[in-house]
Amino acid sequence: MEARCLINGRLIDPRRGLDGLGGVWLEEGRIKAVFAGPAPAAIPAGVPRIDLGGRWLVPGLIDIHVHLREPGDEHKETIASGALAAAAGGFTAVACMPNTRPVNDCEAVTALIMARAQGAATRIYPVGAISRGSDGESLAPFGEMRRGGAVAVSDDGRPVGNSQLMRRALEYAGNHDLLVISHPEESSLSHHGAMNEGALATRLGLRGIPRVAEEIMVYRDLALAEYTGRPIHIAHVSTREAVDLIRRAKARGGRVTAETAPHYFTLTEEAVGDYDTRAKMNPPLRTADDLAAIRQGLADGTLDAIATDHAPHSALEKEVEFDLAANGIIGLETSVPLTLALVREGVISPARMIELLAANPARILGVSGGTLQEEAPADLTVIDPELSFTYQAETVVSKSRNSPFLGWDLQGRAVLTILAGRATFEAPGQTLWR
Amino acid sequence: MNADYRFSHKHILGLADLSAADIAFILRTADSFKEISQRNIKKVPTLRGRTVINLFFEPSTRTRLSFEVAAKRMSADTFNIGNSGSSTVKGETMVDTARNLAAMNPDCIIIRHARSGSARLLAEHIPASVINAGDGTHEHPSQGLLDLLTVQENKGRIEGLRVAIIGDISHSRVAHSNIIGFSKMGAEVRVSGPATLIPPGIEQLGATVCPTVREAVADADVVMALRIQHERQQDPLLPSLREYATFFGITPAVMAGAKADAIIMHPGPINRGVELDPALADGPRSVILDQVTNGVAVRMALLYLIMGGE
Repeated sequence: MEARCLINGRLIDPRRGLDGLGGVWLEEGRIKAVFAGPAPAAIPAGVPRIDLGGRWLVPGLIDIHVHLREPGDEHKETIASGALAAAAGGFTAVACMPNTRPVNDCEAVTALIMARAQGAATRIYPVGAISRGSDGESLAPFGEMRRGGAVAVSDDGRPVGNSQLMRRALEYAGNHDLLVISHPEESSLSHHGAMNEGALATRLGLRGIPRVAEEIMVYRDLALAEYTGRPIHIAHVSTREAVDLIRRAKARGGRVTAETAPHYFTLTEEAVGDYDTRAKMNPPLRTADDLAAIRQGLADGTLDAIATDHAPHSALEKEVEFDLAANGIIGLETSVPLTLALVREGVISPARMIELLAANPARILGVSGGTLQEEAPADLTVIDPELSFTYQAETVVSKSRNSPFLGWDLQGRAVLTILAGRATFEAPGQTLWR
Repeated sequence: MNADYRFSHKHILGLADLSAADIAFILRTADSFKEISQRNIKKVPTLRGRTVINLFFEPSTRTRLSFEVAAKRMSADTFNIGNSGSSTVKGETMVDTARNLAAMNPDCIIIRHARSGSARLLAEHIPASVINAGDGTHEHPSQGLLDLLTVQENKGRIEGLRVAIIGDISHSRVAHSNIIGFSKMGAEVRVSGPATLIPPGIEQLGATVCPTVREAVADADVVMALRIQHERQQDPLLPSLREYATFFGITPAVMAGAKADAIIMHPGPINRGVELDPALADGPRSVILDQVTNGVAVRMALLYLIMGGE
């Protein structure tokens, strides 16, 4: 494989404390050297130079929460199409949730996903189920799933209602070095709900999902993690109190990490408008006060990662009555521009952004990457923070189009994504990769 | 009324979409149509050649018949589609149903459906006018308008009145339309009922929540009881209908706190002895049958205003 040298980038790698002009020399799919300033003379003249012109050069982004729908719902997304969408969003790795059909609750399904992931545009890290069939009744075979390639367990999409099962999952996951990811939802409170509970839901005549449905479960799972002494990761945090609970658990020294999604720091329940099913997700969009708390949590370190909860659905599931519409939105291709908006607004620094999108996701899942390491696979993302574009249905790479951001004018995006030294994506109109 | 006023709505999806001027204009129009129903020959040619489809996904006697009577008195051709035997039972989606109906070129579709927002979804996928005859727990605008007409007739005005709405506010599209309509027209709306059946943020629709029925009814000009549904006991939202009747039912003792000339309303059908004492339902203060009569007039007005233009 040929070598390349990316020069004149703004090199941002928070784990190495880098934020300044520099570049990376790639060879044989690996990082040969990372350098500050101009390219060292030691790099042979024959290595093609790619001048990034000040664009950001960062470790390949990692999304620890996506739904790839394969096996079972390939009309919505496949591992291959989801990975292409991920690459188009600047990601070089994603962790896919187990709520496929069948559920990824055994080694055979995990192995099938790993096999289909061969040659995909990103690394794929399967998340296995906590319970068989994600039915919340009995433990799935963690060890076998780990052997098949799983890096974490979760019943994402469905809460683990039984507290004893959650406790046992936390304990047993330790035997297999698996992270437990909590989908925090007390379903007796959220059952049949379609959007955030409050005046807007009342006006629309939609059953509400109260914030306490999330907060009670966040509290329970933090308590169980502390009691068992096991780490826990809280998925898709959406409320102020949930952020506060996590902040307090961390202050006590708890081994807790947490993520939120771009829609929770960008939109409020108002986006539901007049029954727009593209704004229906679980947990639901909340209020301006929650949005402010989520942003604060991202800034002060309470929230560790931004994950998209990329949830593709076809028109079949979305062009229906709001009550009946499926939960979730696609997010891989809008995560970077929506996060860059936080940088422009001064909520987070560029380095913090890369922590949230690369360094911490790798650390949380215990996988490689998230930093630029000599001899490690050359997974890199080039971001142009200025490039403006309109997010349009025709240009969406994912198989599905269920995004509330369609038609938005966005600023900044990944323009070049490199996986193991090969370009997996270059934005339309860009000619960096030669 | 402003001389420049024009009624410009294609659909009637909820009172939230209508201005006070729109509502006043609809009520005036309805009032002028009442006389048609008093004639020997109860029919005018106004909507001859127009096609009206009653698309009722939920059972309904009163509302569907009222719309049908209204359309026939205006000489429109009416067709009824009920739930059983309809294509939705065979798995057709709402949007496909809409597209198929659109292909038959109706002028107006009147829809009742169990899901909130379904009338709007239909309106977004069909060129015809849509009238919402009740969508889930969202709105029931023609009921709200007929209630406004009934109060205006009985009280001579709406502005400045005190209106008490008692019962299951959470699940009542009638309550939602009435809260919006009465508050838009300048009445003071108070609601009360079991706290489990008072939805969060109802104040933002224009209602004041009272902890007890007596407080809500105090000095009221209008007292409206809502139908309580038996299944609310299972949710669990209510311990028993007996307990509901005892603490939230409208009785002569409760009415003693209202104004001496207060009227009693109910959108029907009534659970006699649960939300409303039978003696009150049939008594001199009850305007419940006026509501039914006015329902026809209001629906004639709505059909005329959205279809009779050219």
